[in-house]
Amino acid sequence: MSTVAIDLSCVRKSYGDKIVVDGLSFAVASGECFGLLGPNGAGKSTIARMVLGMVAPDTGKMTVLGEPVPARARLARARIGVVPQFDNLEIEFTVRENLLVFGRYFNMSAREVEAAVPALLEFARLESKADARVAELSGGMKRRLTLARALINDPHLLVMDEPTTGLDPHARHQIWERLRLLLARGKTILLTTHFMEEAERLCDRLCVLEAGRKIAEGEPRALIDEQIGCQVIEIYGGNPHELSSLIRPYARHIEVSGETLFCYAPDPEQVLVQLRGRAGLRLLQRPANLEDVFLRLTGREMER
Amino acid sequence: MREGYAAVMPANAYNWVAVWRRNFLAWRKVALASVLGNLADPMTNLFGLGFGLGVIVGLIDGTSYIAFLAGGMVATSAMTAATFETMYAAFARMRAQRTWEAILSTQLTLGDIVLGELAWAATKAVLAGTAIAVVAATLGYAAWASILYSIPAIALTGLVFASLAMVVISLAPSYDYFVFYQTLVVTPMVFLCGAVFPVSQMPSAFQRVAGLLPLAHSVELIRPAMLGLPAGGIGLHIGALCMYAVLPFFLSIALFRRRLMR
Repeated sequence: MSTVAIDLSCVRKSYGDKIVVDGLSFAVASGECFGLLGPNGAGKSTIARMVLGMVAPDTGKMTVLGEPVPARARLARARIGVVPQFDNLEIEFTVRENLLVFGRYFNMSAREVEAAVPALLEFARLESKADARVAELSGGMKRRLTLARALINDPHLLVMDEPTTGLDPHARHQIWERLRLLLARGKTILLTTHFMEEAERLCDRLCVLEAGRKIAEGEPRALIDEQIGCQVIEIYGGNPHELSSLIRPYARHIEVSGETLFCYAPDPEQVLVQLRGRAGLRLLQRPANLEDVFLRLTGREMER
Repeated sequence: MREGYAAVMPANAYNWVAVWRRNFLAWRKVALASVLGNLADPMTNLFGLGFGLGVIVGLIDGTSYIAFLAGGMVATSAMTAATFETMYAAFARMRAQRTWEAILSTQLTLGDIVLGELAWAATKAVLAGTAIAVVAATLGYAAWASILYSIPAIALTGLVFASLAMVVISLAPSYDYFVFYQTLVVTPMVFLCGAVFPVSQMPSAFQRVAGLLPLAHSVELIRPAMLGLPAGGIGLHIGALCMYAVLPFFLSIALFRRRLMR
């Protein structure tokens, strides 16, 4: 097995005049969690579908698990598990039937699937729901079943398109916990997300996308240090322009987004002193995160 | 580009079976309602037209009208079953249910899915067509052994109309467009192709058109088999039907690739 799980080089895709993926290159090493981070419409899902051979690039080369894609994508997909953005489980089937039917798509015999099912149910915490219809499951349970289904063929690589979008915080944490377990078992994960927190918690490395273009790549911590490298004070209320001229001497950088002023300050105390006694202001001091990186790189906040 | 089309063709001779079994499992859960629904329409036609018109018509080519009609109804019900399974159920699996999307993320290809869907629609056509044939045989309008001979022809009819309907759903933006195919292609074929009256009663121009239509070839194979009469031009009929099954099959895969994998 090669140590590079996914290799994209100069991949470009457009629909009519609209360029969706613009000369993108990145490589995902075996065993790492690689994130594609960007707002809706940045091209994340298109890239995930390209990796699976479901969208052909206009130009550029792609290799996935050693197979040229899309030409031999089928052979790559035999060793990939997919968690799609929208659930596509068999609603009328039971949990067990879903796994059985999916196993058959990988040419697994009934006996092979039966042997794999108990561990998958345990992984997804669905042991007691094995014979329940999918229609009866909660949103979080459905996502966990989708994840278990993606593991039926014991894949080397998992491709996950926004795996926690639409889940409540508890269900989201349950998915994150399971993804970390999978990484500990040596699986490779390609994850698309627009949740900064998700990217920060899970990804070894990530690629920040905007309008199909890579605007930054690296480890989350390193990106934050490199782009921001200091504390952040969020200031709500007041006139952002007046305030920014007031604190500018003490800030490394200031961004205004909507009615919020983001002040990146090496010495936050200095800034707070300037603002003390001003009525109607709400202040929040916090460490920098990926959200700040995105704001810094694009000049706008990530849409939610 | 050619490489792109090669990648979506059926990957091997057995991948499609998994798709067929998926549909079979789903059908088993609603089998009773499905069977009744599929049989009611052709039975009504068979008895309504058979007894009602039969009195007026008398004998056709030496057989009673209802026995003549039975073969036509078997072919027609195979056509309808395969067409509707594909147009409505397979279209739903492609669109609303996202079943195809799930399958495309496994090692199956688009071609495997289409082949599995065709085999499944043909299976439903065999169920529907054979059920009519069994009723006809029970009432003495066909010989029991003849049902066995007609099953391959019924299956082929199912494949043909599933394959044609695949092209329709690969192009149709929504369910609303199916009605055009139904009213402009499927229904006229019933009357043009000798299902309810002999093709020879039509003006010769219409007869020539009928000779090009797939249902006419199905009727020409199924009716003589059921009546125990010698059939002419079997090779021609089978060849025409095979063409109608195979060409739309490949065309639909190419069209689905454009639609789903862009």
